[in-house]
Amino acid sequence: MNVISVKDLTKRFGNFTAVDRITFEVEQGEIFGFLGANGAGKTTAMRMLCGLSMPTSGEATVAGYDLYKHAEKIKKNIGYMSQKFSLYEDLTIRENIRFYGGIYGLNDGSIKSKTDHLVATLKLEDKVNTLVKSLPLGWKQKLSFSVAMIHDPKIVFLDEPTGGVDPITRREFWTMIFEAAHRGTTVFVTTHYMDEAEYCNRVSIMVDGQVEALGSPEVLKTKYEAKDMGEVFLKLARKAKRGDD
Amino acid sequence: MRQFLFFIRKEFLHVWRDLRTMLILFGMPLMQILIFGFALTNEVKNTRIGILDNSNDETTQAITRQLEASRYFDVVENISSNAKLVSSFQTGTIKLAVVFPDHFQEQFLHNKLVQIQLIGDATDPNTANTLINYASAIIMDYQHGLRNQAQIPYSINTEMRMLYNPQLKGSYNFVPGVMAMVLMLVCAMMTSISIVREKEMGTMEVILVSPIVPIRVVIAKMVPYFILSAVNIASILLLSVFVLDVPIQGSLVLLVAECLLFTITVLALGLLISSAADSQQIAMLISLMGLFLPTVMLSGFMFPIENLPVPLRVIANLVPAKWFFTIVKNIMIKGVGFEHVWKETLILMGMTIFFMMVSIKKFKARLE
Repeated sequence: MNVISVKDLTKRFGNFTAVDRITFEVEQGEIFGFLGANGAGKTTAMRMLCGLSMPTSGEATVAGYDLYKHAEKIKKNIGYMSQKFSLYEDLTIRENIRFYGGIYGLNDGSIKSKTDHLVATLKLEDKVNTLVKSLPLGWKQKLSFSVAMIHDPKIVFLDEPTGGVDPITRREFWTMIFEAAHRGTTVFVTTHYMDEAEYCNRVSIMVDGQVEALGSPEVLKTKYEAKDMGEVFLKLARKAKRGDD
Repeated sequence: MRQFLFFIRKEFLHVWRDLRTMLILFGMPLMQILIFGFALTNEVKNTRIGILDNSNDETTQAITRQLEASRYFDVVENISSNAKLVSSFQTGTIKLAVVFPDHFQEQFLHNKLVQIQLIGDATDPNTANTLINYASAIIMDYQHGLRNQAQIPYSINTEMRMLYNPQLKGSYNFVPGVMAMVLMLVCAMMTSISIVREKEMGTMEVILVSPIVPIRVVIAKMVPYFILSAVNIASILLLSVFVLDVPIQGSLVLLVAECLLFTITVLALGLLISSAADSQQIAMLISLMGLFLPTVMLSGFMFPIENLPVPLRVIANLVPAKWFFTIVKNIMIKGVGFEHVWKETLILMGMTIFFMMVSIKKFKARLE
């Protein structure tokens, strides 16, 4: 079953075509890696799928709803973790969870049980009433991911979730992603780390606003005669005409 | 609605947690009222003056005593010569000198005409003017007292009455001004900063991905500052009535309603700023330069608008605080009813609706 299907999706800013007729599908429970050099258009594409930006043309359904007609229903069914750290530093862990649970319409009982479950999983029981700003970055990222999943979304969008995090925390973070996928959540993730690309079920590589390659890491490696995803990426990204912006 | 409450609770937490915000919110009104009430004043009190008495007779001494007795002046120096007079002004020991000529009493009684010279330090022209006026008035007063003994057939007496503010207290004028300033800062600056902060932090994106409707986000951002402003309005009014003895002559309900209207105007302005600014610093800069300065300069609070050059007078009309200041002054000090401020109220309402519409439109456009 496809939870995301995109056909000829395009976004233009004036004369600049940031996303140029991309077409792909994502299955339920899949970990879908969305790769591309800076300025390739992946963040713009992701923002459109999250309803943060209106497409110029093309079709898309997310979580079974049309992007144009049912944006509100889509929002209820997706989670989002932005590139920037997206929790409130001056609020405690509990207050952050309560706030995000609240705006997703969870009732008090489930906010309470979610909070307990979440801090237990992250082993943050004794820190639940401390301000988020006092946590180390790795924990903040993990917490941020858990909060993005607070309403059990069908799809979770992660925009470079592991930027600036140490390798051990990155591994732990990916363990959480695997667990989420195992429970049936579709994970749509952008990354610059090629080892992370290997963890994905399927990967799409964007170059100059277009999807240049799409498939499982094994298929792509065979197709481009590369020993790892890094090599695949370099071979494709070198073709880019657009500068780094 | 529930989402909305969660949002408002979160906003309050931000305010409680931030010491600086709390200080600005609650310290500032208190500080401004006290500073303007007790420290910064353009009233003349106990000004140091010098007397150069070349005659030193009964009349000159009586006039000197009368000057000394008034609360405006303190005679600090009996100057002996013209040279000393110059140096006293140079060192700034005195702001005003009263010079009596030789044989003052003699001339006064025999020639019925005598001159007293008043010399003012006009480095501050307004003060000098005021001092000279007060001194002349006191001297006239003395003369008046003499006249009663010897009747002069014709005389025109002026009788003055200062309406609305008989004691000519400066606080009558600045309380409405401080109110405008505080609301400007609290509402416009704080709201714009708090919205821009979310943009800077990246939390705004996460909120916009959530099912909460963008307009509700905006309103939820405004509500806490609206409530805090109401607290501020109350505290300023209480301070001015009980600490500064500025009475509220008109209807309290009307006054509060007008204050709340102005609060909404400034909240809309804050929102407008937040849609234009990308960083907290820029938001603060725009608030200070674009809102706070005009409020201080062009609302009529510091400088009378009638005295401004035409271009500035035109610009002053675009400053919401000008209208608010007029309204508050009229209601609070003159005690007039709605029939005398409806025009200003209407203008303020028009501005509010305009700012609100533009900023919501811009806010929506930015989501694209």
